Amino acid sequence: MLSIKNLEVEVAGSRILKGLNFEVKPGEVHAIMGPNGGGKSTLASVLAGREEYEVLAGSVEYNGKDLLEMAPEERARAGVFLAFQYPVEIPGVSMSNFMKTALNDAREARGEAALDAMEFFALIREKLKIVNMNEKFLSRSINQGFSGGEKKRNEVFQMAVLQPQLAILDETDSGLDIDALRIVSTGVNTLRSKDNAFVLITHYQRLLNYIVPDFVHVLVDGKIVKSGDKSLALKLEDQGYDWLTDELDAPVTI
Amino acid sequence: MKKVKINREEQIKWYLSDFARFAERLNGGSQSTLHGTRKQAIKQFSKLGFPTTRDEDWKYTSVDSLLAERFNLSTAASNVSDSFIKPLMFEKSAENTLVFINGHYSEALSNLQLNIPGLVVSSLAAAAEKHSELVSRYLGRYADCEAQAFVALNTGFVLDGLFIYVPDNISVEQSVHVIHLADPDAGPFISHPRSLVVIGKNSELKLTESYHSKGDGSYFNNAVSEFVVDENARLDHVKIQEESEAAFHVSYTQFQQERHSVISTVNVDLGGSLVRNNLHVLLNDENCETHLMGYYMGRGRQLIDNHTFVDHAMPNCFSNELYKGILDDKAQGVFNGRILVRQDAQKTNALQSNKSLLLTDDAVVNAKPQLEIFADDVKCTHGATIGQLDEEALFYLRARGISEEMAGAMLRHAFVADVLQSVKDEDVRERLDAKIIERFTLAKKTNTNCE
Ligand SMILES: Nc1ncnc2c1ncn2[C@@H]1O[C@H](COP(=O)(O)OP(=O)(O)OP(=O)(O)O)[C@@H](O)[C@H]1O
Ligand SMILES: [Mg+2]
Repeated sequence: MLSIKNLEVEVAGSRILKGLNFEVKPGEVHAIMGPNGGGKSTLASVLAGREEYEVLAGSVEYNGKDLLEMAPEERARAGVFLAFQYPVEIPGVSMSNFMKTALNDAREARGEAALDAMEFFALIREKLKIVNMNEKFLSRSINQGFSGGEKKRNEVFQMAVLQPQLAILDETDSGLDIDALRIVSTGVNTLRSKDNAFVLITHYQRLLNYIVPDFVHVLVDGKIVKSGDKSLALKLEDQGYDWLTDELDAPVTI
Repeated sequence: MKKVKINREEQIKWYLSDFARFAERLNGGSQSTLHGTRKQAIKQFSKLGFPTTRDEDWKYTSVDSLLAERFNLSTAASNVSDSFIKPLMFEKSAENTLVFINGHYSEALSNLQLNIPGLVVSSLAAAAEKHSELVSRYLGRYADCEAQAFVALNTGFVLDGLFIYVPDNISVEQSVHVIHLADPDAGPFISHPRSLVVIGKNSELKLTESYHSKGDGSYFNNAVSEFVVDENARLDHVKIQEESEAAFHVSYTQFQQERHSVISTVNVDLGGSLVRNNLHVLLNDENCETHLMGYYMGRGRQLIDNHTFVDHAMPNCFSNELYKGILDDKAQGVFNGRILVRQDAQKTNALQSNKSLLLTDDAVVNAKPQLEIFADDVKCTHGATIGQLDEEALFYLRARGISEEMAGAMLRHAFVADVLQSVKDEDVRERLDAKIIERFTLAKKTNTNCE
């Protein structure tokens, strides 16, 4: 589904991703961990199509298409979804107007008829339940005055509405209390199927108790330096990243 | 479009000769007291002449482009069909709609079903005959004919327009809608629409005025409106200016508020090549409340200038002003918000805010708050900000599959959302909502086609 080869990315004059390789197949859940500043959000941003990130080398193929050639909205309509690490507040745009426009723009792009008001609200109500949010939330402006947890739940809500094929969750678990974490995890698990895939960027093993990943990767200094199964996450939680960087510094491991 | 070299003397002469032709056509009407007022006003106009950028009040707004064109006084309503007017109407006020074509009342296109004893909703020309006592009691008492050349010019040609008189203790439930349609097919014309609205004690009125154009020709609307809002009365007013982008629109609006009265006025400017709105509010007695809102959207080389003046003459009044502008291409915006708190006006609470969104490097806004405070126990705040479209927000919307164009339109709409919120009439608000989205999704397409 997603195939990243030798990706090099520069932002604001400095090279952040330095030859990254990464493969995702339908039905898989990948976790990406790694120290602060390693480039995890950069990877997520490049996949979502943020313009200030310049791709210097490498390729990203998504369902056989060159993802890097597509506009952000085309990627979204093709099923790519990024749950933002820092969701932006947009005063004056209501959640319901936002979701209605997003849904219907995507439907139009697929040649489907727009949902009418009734169908729309039926769908929205069902999805609100998944993230345990009430309907009042629809008349609020996007993320405006939302608590940290509400912002994260809102990302999961949008994901539930848009039903992506490839969802990248950038630290959606950070700063959540255990109840919120459960809600977010249930949201993800409800959507899991053999046709879609998830990439979970996280610092905490805790999330992976709720959403069990097939693979765990460690991203350090612009590259994936180690991949393994879920036990790798436990080891990282236990020992931190130092043993990995030590391993890297020793020339024999390469 | 015929351009003439700008010669101010020549132009004034042209307007005076226009006046002579106008007076001839009035026949018997030229003997009335109203005509005395006209003659007085035109004399004042010739004395004042047109403002120049040396006048502090016109520093950023040159009327040269206006003076470079020669307009003919519009003489009669042209043939505009009903099917053109229908879409401009609002469902809920369709039965209380007055239609003016090129400044002339069209009885055929209007629909007036309101039937409340004592209430007068009619054309000014008709009212001047049927209710001459009422009209002369109020007409011209509020707008400043002495210092304002355009008011003097309008008054010189005063003939038709809107007249509403709400007697005491009447709440007019239904909204009234006034459509001003310009049809410049027969060439550039000038019209001087005049409105006089009087709301009696404890009475209430909801009024929407909209200016539209058929085609994109040039013309000049020089409007003057006087609103008298008596004790404990309420006015809900919306003005939507959607003239052709080759048109000139100058307006003077004077609100006179008496004790305990409340007004809300929302002023929307979308069209016009050169637009200058002067909006004056006189809080003439205690405990008045004023909500003065507006937004303007300029593109191409449009110049949209809003000069507002809130005159706190008496104590314990509250005024709240919010104007927002979105300027694209090489458009220019001017906002001048004058607040005067006179010596007697203790416990005044006056708020003012002006925010602009500049979408290109070439778009300009000149914003100036002008506070003159002569009382010591007052609360006045003002603020002006200039910003750009939030790229992060734009990306967020696009990342959910919303096209760049639509996302941009949504953010522009969001920018003025708080002004739109103050439009209480749902019909009107929904129309305005849709217009913004339409403007920014359709405009983009035509622009890229041109390039
Ligand atoms: N828009 C930007 N402008 C300038 N520098 C940036 C930008 N985005 C990222 N960087 C830099 O790139 C590096 C990688 O940042 P990134 O956000 O991808 O790391 P991360 O792995 O997500 O870290 P964290 O775990 O703290 O979220 C950092 O040094 C950061 O300062
Ligand atoms: Mg990050």
